Amino acid sequence: MELLVAIAIGVLTFSGVYLILRARTFSVALGLTLFSYAVNLFLFVMGRLHTGKPAVLSDATNYTDPVPQALVLTAIVIGFAMTAFVLILALRAHTELGNDHVDGVEKPKKENKPRRKSNRANKKRVGATR
Amino acid sequence: MNNLLLVPVLLPLVCGALLMMAARGSMAMVRLISISSILLLLLCSLYLLPLAAQGEILVYGLGNWSAPFGIVLLLDRLSALMLMVTAVLAVFVVLYASRGEDQRGSYFHALLQFQLAGINGAFLTGDLFNLFVFFEILLIASYALLLHGLGVARIRSALHYVILNLIGSGLFLIAAGLFYGVAGTLNMTDLALFVSQAEGDQLFLLEAAGALLMLVFGLKAAFFPLYFWLPRAYASATAPVAALFAIMTKVGLYAILRFSTLVFGAAAGGASGLGTGVLWVLALVTIVLAILGAFAANSLSSLLAYLVLVSVGTLLAGIAVGTEATLAASLYYLVQSTWVIAGLFLLAGIVAKQRGDLGDNFKVGPRLLNPNLLGACFFLATIAVAGLPPFAGFFGKVLLLQAVSGQTAWQLWTVVLVSGLVGVIGLSRAGSMLFWRHHTTASEAQPLDKVTFAVTALLLCSSPLLVVFAQPLVNFTQATALQVLDAASYLQAMQLKEAM
Repeated sequence: MELLVAIAIGVLTFSGVYLILRARTFSVALGLTLFSYAVNLFLFVMGRLHTGKPAVLSDATNYTDPVPQALVLTAIVIGFAMTAFVLILALRAHTELGNDHVDGVEKPKKENKPRRKSNRANKKRVGATR
Repeated sequence: MNNLLLVPVLLPLVCGALLMMAARGSMAMVRLISISSILLLLLCSLYLLPLAAQGEILVYGLGNWSAPFGIVLLLDRLSALMLMVTAVLAVFVVLYASRGEDQRGSYFHALLQFQLAGINGAFLTGDLFNLFVFFEILLIASYALLLHGLGVARIRSALHYVILNLIGSGLFLIAAGLFYGVAGTLNMTDLALFVSQAEGDQLFLLEAAGALLMLVFGLKAAFFPLYFWLPRAYASATAPVAALFAIMTKVGLYAILRFSTLVFGAAAGGASGLGTGVLWVLALVTIVLAILGAFAANSLSSLLAYLVLVSVGTLLAGIAVGTEATLAASLYYLVQSTWVIAGLFLLAGIVAKQRGDLGDNFKVGPRLLNPNLLGACFFLATIAVAGLPPFAGFFGKVLLLQAVSGQTAWQLWTVVLVSGLVGVIGLSRAGSMLFWRHHTTASEAQPLDKVTFAVTALLLCSSPLLVVFAQPLVNFTQATALQVLDAASYLQAMQLKEAM
């Protein structure tokens, strides 16, 4: 079970970080969500993994640690609010700036090589006809 | 148990909620509530300051739960000082904003209050997870405040700021989780006790968590290589917001100071002095890069944003050395640099208003309406912020330079003195561009608002005042440095609390 959870956290973090490093606000927001999932899962697991034990204090002497659960609840709520804020901000940026690049400026696209060639060819042809 | 400890957090929170509801009502009412709340906050912090100065560390268990499980607020000299600095700054900011800046977007006052609640909470909390929560309160208010008044530049810089801080929050949680997983506690004093006895794998994990935390605090404090979001964000914010943000980097520095003295302090055993060598180098690099940035800035507010970074670097250097004398000097420098830079941001706002569309960009523009008055203010503030005698900036730097010795001394002396010189050149270039070079036409911009000018001038007056009252303040910061370096006193205070 530990291995499975560890792999899950690892995959989530990897995907999150990859997406955060992308240039578009949508993938960055998505990456932040995945990353916060990974973080929440990590936080939860820090109370150690147990099966078949009561969640919070009960008559049983053997129970799982309630503190990480409380922490993770708080973190989830805050994470949701922040993600919502990022999404709204990204939408706003898209309408105000006219593109969804995280820098707010679209880099000029490089022209494709074959196209340039054909342009040149066209020019030559125009020159030839003259 | 002193219930007044709660006031700096609760008062802005309640007023913020109230202002959310009152925002639809009359502006006069909103301003009245906001200003009176902040004045009350100032009174409260002025009451807590002498209380903390008695030397006892006050611990407040929320809901009267005892320390390792319950959440505690903790008031020592350091928190009291930071509360006071914040409250004084907030008074000026709210007065300035109430002359019209607050109407450029909705809910300015409510957001301001929430921001203050977050900052005060971060200064008071004795619990790692609550530090995270207060950081988030402070951040989400700052996101909205940064966007206050909208505009393309603000949105562009806010996007970076928000995304970076969200990543920072994630790392903070990972660090907190690591601490909890290893030590089983999030109370900072308990954590300190645990770290001092840890060894082997545990120690390694704790150090990793500590390093992650330093990274997160570094992002908030904005030192190299984590400062790239700051200049654009601060330069694009409106004047009162930028002035308020002058305290925000100090929250990160406060957290670094708190952690490096309490949890990874001298008593921490194997993890003692974690990362101070790295912090020292980063501090010097920050100062150098920031002063170059200030020299290359193309508007007054971005120049000031880089000066914020210079002060961050200088303070970090003091914290990294971490002796009693350097800490005392750093705290003194912190007070003056926060207020003076905030005052300069306000002044930049006034100058920008008089230049119409040009704003505070370094371009030849129309003649200012009050070039002498504003120029004189700028000149005096420049002397203060660049660290020339006779103002507090100079005094703070002298204290800091005197406090270092040996190998570190010549490094810090070189960096601080040369950066001071470059700063003076950059600032004089800015001043001559804004106040001397102009078209023949007078500007048609709005006339000088007497109240905003008075507020700004008063805030800038803090620099000479801090020199006049240097002795009591330095005594206080020295006592503060002694107190934070003595981690055992915190343990004692916490144990007393548990016994109650």
